[in-house]
Amino acid sequence: MKKCYEKYFRDNLPQIFCAGCGNGIVMGAWARAMEKMGLDNNDCVGISGIGCSSRITSYIDLYTLHTAHGRALPFAIGVKMCKPEMNVFVFSGDGDCAAIGGNHFIHACRRNINMTLIVINNSIYGMTGGQYSPLTPTGHFATTAPYGNIDPAFDLCKLAEASGATFVARGDIYHARQLTDLIVEGHRHKGFSVIEVVSGCPISYGRRNKIYGAPALLKHIKEHSVPVATAAKMGDEDLKGKWRVGVLYKAEAKEYVEAYQELVAKVQGGIK
Amino acid sequence: MANVRLVQGNVACAMGALAAGSTFYAGYPITPSTEIAEHMAVALPKIGGIFLQMEDEIASMGAIIGASCTGAKAFTATSGPGFSLMQELIGYAAMTEIPCVIVDVQRPGPSTALPTLSSQGDVQQARWGCHGFHSIIAIAPSSIMEIYYQMINAFNLAEKYRTPVIFLMDEEIGHLRERFELPDNYKPEIINRKKPESDLEVYLPYINDQSNGVPPMANFGDGYRYHISGLTHNEKGFYSSVPSVVDTEIRRMVGKIEDNVDDIAQFEEIGAADCDILVIAYGSVARSAQEAVETMRADGLSVGLLRPIVLWPFPTDYFTKACIGKKAVVVAEMNLGQYAREIRRVVHTDIPLKSLTRVDGEFVYPDDIIDAVKEVL
Ligand SMILES: Cc1ncc(C[n+]2csc(CCOP(=O)(O)OP(=O)(O)O)c2C)c(N)n1
Ligand code: SF4
Ligand SMILES: [Mg+2]
Repeated sequence: MKKCYEKYFRDNLPQIFCAGCGNGIVMGAWARAMEKMGLDNNDCVGISGIGCSSRITSYIDLYTLHTAHGRALPFAIGVKMCKPEMNVFVFSGDGDCAAIGGNHFIHACRRNINMTLIVINNSIYGMTGGQYSPLTPTGHFATTAPYGNIDPAFDLCKLAEASGATFVARGDIYHARQLTDLIVEGHRHKGFSVIEVVSGCPISYGRRNKIYGAPALLKHIKEHSVPVATAAKMGDEDLKGKWRVGVLYKAEAKEYVEAYQELVAKVQGGIK
Repeated sequence: MANVRLVQGNVACAMGALAAGSTFYAGYPITPSTEIAEHMAVALPKIGGIFLQMEDEIASMGAIIGASCTGAKAFTATSGPGFSLMQELIGYAAMTEIPCVIVDVQRPGPSTALPTLSSQGDVQQARWGCHGFHSIIAIAPSSIMEIYYQMINAFNLAEKYRTPVIFLMDEEIGHLRERFELPDNYKPEIINRKKPESDLEVYLPYINDQSNGVPPMANFGDGYRYHISGLTHNEKGFYSSVPSVVDTEIRRMVGKIEDNVDDIAQFEEIGAADCDILVIAYGSVARSAQEAVETMRADGLSVGLLRPIVLWPFPTDYFTKACIGKKAVVVAEMNLGQYAREIRRVVHTDIPLKSLTRVDGEFVYPDDIIDAVKEVL
């Protein structure tokens, strides 16, 4: 029997993801979120950049736009401004979103345009074979950080909040049910919603950092993910090297499409 | 007379876009193109269209491509440095066959160079700026009225051929003010992208069976859920690396423009057929060339003018034929001979070609052209 959420997938298996890749879990969590929200495929657009994670748009059965490295958000803004009634989901990777697309990311947050951005953070450039990204923790290893990464990492969620996003959450691939709920809540929120998903790339990240195989990586992620409520009771020292999961920030602010529509009404009403 | 106005080139460009039915503009300010954005910022909200000032030129390209996916006629405007930044996504639009118009009001380069002066230095970048295999349409207007009419043509060609179209203006023409007058009851001919007629399930966004090589395009929201990707793709739009699929796809994409050059190319000629010396010039320089040629003809010299309005795709046969029997050809342009090189390639080797070049931000004056003609006479 076909599971209900399967209607959100295209029939073009096999997909390119390696066995044990976190991308499949995120895709599944997203599809379950779609089912929970009862969204019609025809009312949704999926947009992505370039990277393993960005390949998700070729497997989900929406209007899909697989763009260029780092550039998904500008495309998404073009689509959303023209089709405000459409639900827009953007899929991005840590490199795609925080490195080459960093400028578009902060400006999309600033505009607070109503769409949902899912950033699959596997701490590495998966597609190109394991170079460090702006979200690779300091001291970790990558093909281009053979002696350990000296770059400090962004806290993408803090960056999102500071830039003006009005819904910011972090989930992870171990807590997949929670991830579904975060996607639902984020998407229902009116404004720009950022959901960072701590994910795993056993091939290009795990092996190089001595976390061998997908189960070990999942365990690692489970052990380092701290629910926000628990984290609130912990000191900074205890939280070192860990990350908070759950809804991190939520606010009400003017949504961009609405602001634009009001501007049009004002201009057309002849108000100077 | 009621319709006569004095209009600046950049404003005529924006007016042409609106006449073509453009409802979406995204851009980033840069001299000498900014008046286009400023005009669109005033005009678009009035018609319920969308004006966006993006964070950079890459984002501007992304936004117009996204908008075009939903069916909007979208464009952006920039100059040298911004045009360089746009190249990757111009290639994306070519690869995914999404109609859009990119206005480049040229200024000297490379880098910041002379931001407020004029140039035709982006002629080859317009053709080859993005990596890989593609073809492109580029239009170089010479007057304020032509800017207006050719902007409409640019949108029409973008829709007809599912391609990005480069509108190559330059500072000189962008900031020129000139008489603007439309015929009474003027209504432009508007071409819209061909929509699919097939069932939803069998729609092939990159089908290879159309006579002119251009597949029908469904807009997001039309009910045809399909995939757009800059990866080489099969007829369905999904990634393929099968050599025969890739080869067919790329050759169709290039061929839909190159094989239709007769439909796309446009020229103006003044005594070009039966002259001894043929002057070739385009864009603002063609204005000087016209004055030079008319002066020399009045003096009894056998000189003619050939002005390509569409620079790319390059009409090889036309130029070869037009130059047969000439004593010499003079190509005048504000660069180091970018188009002259192209002409040299297709003109019989016995015919001398003089490339008149200028790169100091100064205009090519009629006297410069007269001097060049006298050198080869
Ligand atoms: C302009 C440009 N620069 C570089 C690349 C090469 N490239 C492709 S994917 C990628 C990194 C992807 O990393 P991430 O966004 O984290 O996605 P992942 O593969 O890890 O899911 C890079 C550098 C590219 N495609 N385009
Ligand atoms: S390389 Fe890493 S991120 Fe890419 S598909 Fe394989 S496991 Fe997933
Ligand atoms: Mg990554």
